[in-house]
Amino acid sequence: MSFLERTWVGEWLTGLGRIAVLTRDAVASCLTFKASRRDLLYQIYFIGIKSQAVVLVTGAFTGMVLTAQTYFQFHKVKMDTATLAVVAVSMCDELGPVLTALMVAGRVGAAIAAEIGTMRVTEQIDALRTLATHPVDYLVVPRLLASMIALPLLTMESITLGITSGYVVGSQLLGIDPVYLYYDMLKYASDIDVIFGLVKSFVYGGIIALIGCYKGLSCGMGAEGVGRATTEAVVYSSITILITNFFLTLVLQRLFVLLS
Amino acid sequence: MIEVRQLKKSFGSQLILAGVDLRIESSESAVIIGRSGGGKSVLLKHMIGLLRPDKGEVFVDGDRITCMNERQLLRVRRKFGMVFQGAALFDSMTVAENVAFGLRRHEHLTEAEVARRVAATLDLVDLPGTEKKKPAELSGGMRKRVGLARAIIYEPQIVLYDEPTTGLDPIVSDSIDQLIIRVRDQLKVTSVVVTHDMRSARRVGNHVFMLHEKKIYAHGAPEELFTSHDPIVRQFIDGVADPKETIL
Repeated sequence: MSFLERTWVGEWLTGLGRIAVLTRDAVASCLTFKASRRDLLYQIYFIGIKSQAVVLVTGAFTGMVLTAQTYFQFHKVKMDTATLAVVAVSMCDELGPVLTALMVAGRVGAAIAAEIGTMRVTEQIDALRTLATHPVDYLVVPRLLASMIALPLLTMESITLGITSGYVVGSQLLGIDPVYLYYDMLKYASDIDVIFGLVKSFVYGGIIALIGCYKGLSCGMGAEGVGRATTEAVVYSSITILITNFFLTLVLQRLFVLLS
Repeated sequence: MIEVRQLKKSFGSQLILAGVDLRIESSESAVIIGRSGGGKSVLLKHMIGLLRPDKGEVFVDGDRITCMNERQLLRVRRKFGMVFQGAALFDSMTVAENVAFGLRRHEHLTEAEVARRVAATLDLVDLPGTEKKKPAELSGGMRKRVGLARAIIYEPQIVLYDEPTTGLDPIVSDSIDQLIIRVRDQLKVTSVVVTHDMRSARRVGNHVFMLHEKKIYAHGAPEELFTSHDPIVRQFIDGVADPKETIL
């Protein structure tokens, strides 16, 4: 066992087990409403409102470049008016939720890991425990709930702005007929694409908060430990989002087929 | 009452405590002395369940805390207040928010009542009028006083002090000692002080435990221990370095 623990596989499995335990504790705490409403509102403000600029810029420019690139290819086969349909489906299903989550992971995941990691190395987490306060109730649950509430809203904004900017670029800059552009989008993109995107962003919100909190709570001592925890929080949550995205796409599509 | 039985703890391959036994009675003022890095703080953290032993048991008022999970420990910890070596104040909060933390979490009081209790506790630790300051604006001694105020505001039965005078000048150390004595006498709490400051140990304790070679080597009343002729106790109390350890 000790040999296994020392290998990277052992470390990886141990980390996975600890995240599972943290998730179980956080869910149990959520169900018993132990988090303070004030802390939850502050975290929604920090994750949701403070991430506006980065998410809006990402959404707008992703929509614009996707429109331009799709048009350049579709124009060759005279399918110009289908451009916005491709942009809308891509933004709703994949690019909106994934890129928003990656941007929020960079900003919020790092901040969560750094803040909780600093609290750990300065014994503030131990102080919380001596004050009969469970760190999961006080630190993890507000961040987890706030992230799972804020990320779908941010994703909605990103999708809306991406499609709108794509429409403007397509109709004003590339000269596509605006009526057919809009009509084809409505024909090929559906409500279910938006729902897929929101379900995905809800899951990614949980991933970002849980990995950020886990890395902060388990960070090594000293400034180096906090730095490493911050970097790992961003890297691991980004990788987890990309891997989860593939499996979520398969599961949601299969589920949709079964239900319809 | 706190009772520790055959407590053993290692971090990796390094053995820190190798079978510690001690018993601290209610309303007693116990001092644990020993060399730096000798495991005093580790022992203190076991008493409140911040660390789990590899072997051995810890009892608080008859409850075996070593077999409790984190949620069960929260109930036991309401009996405790703890003052950390570096104060461990929440740096995003003001002094008043730090001190009121335990009250706001566990007692349903009006904001006016919370403010009144915070002001009274800050007065007790000689820091009146500092409510709105941030921890970063305070000196080391002031931070320890705020840490003490935070630990005693909800009137715990036991207060643990982790090296309360380390890093402070003799005058501030003396004022912290007086504060520990005042809190002990006014609130009638059980105090456990971890220190290697002999003057402080002599003043605040009525039962001194000496940790040596990972075990309790000697214990007794301060006058008994401080007049001991045991060479190891004498060497520590007189602060005489082993010739082999002298830095050239």
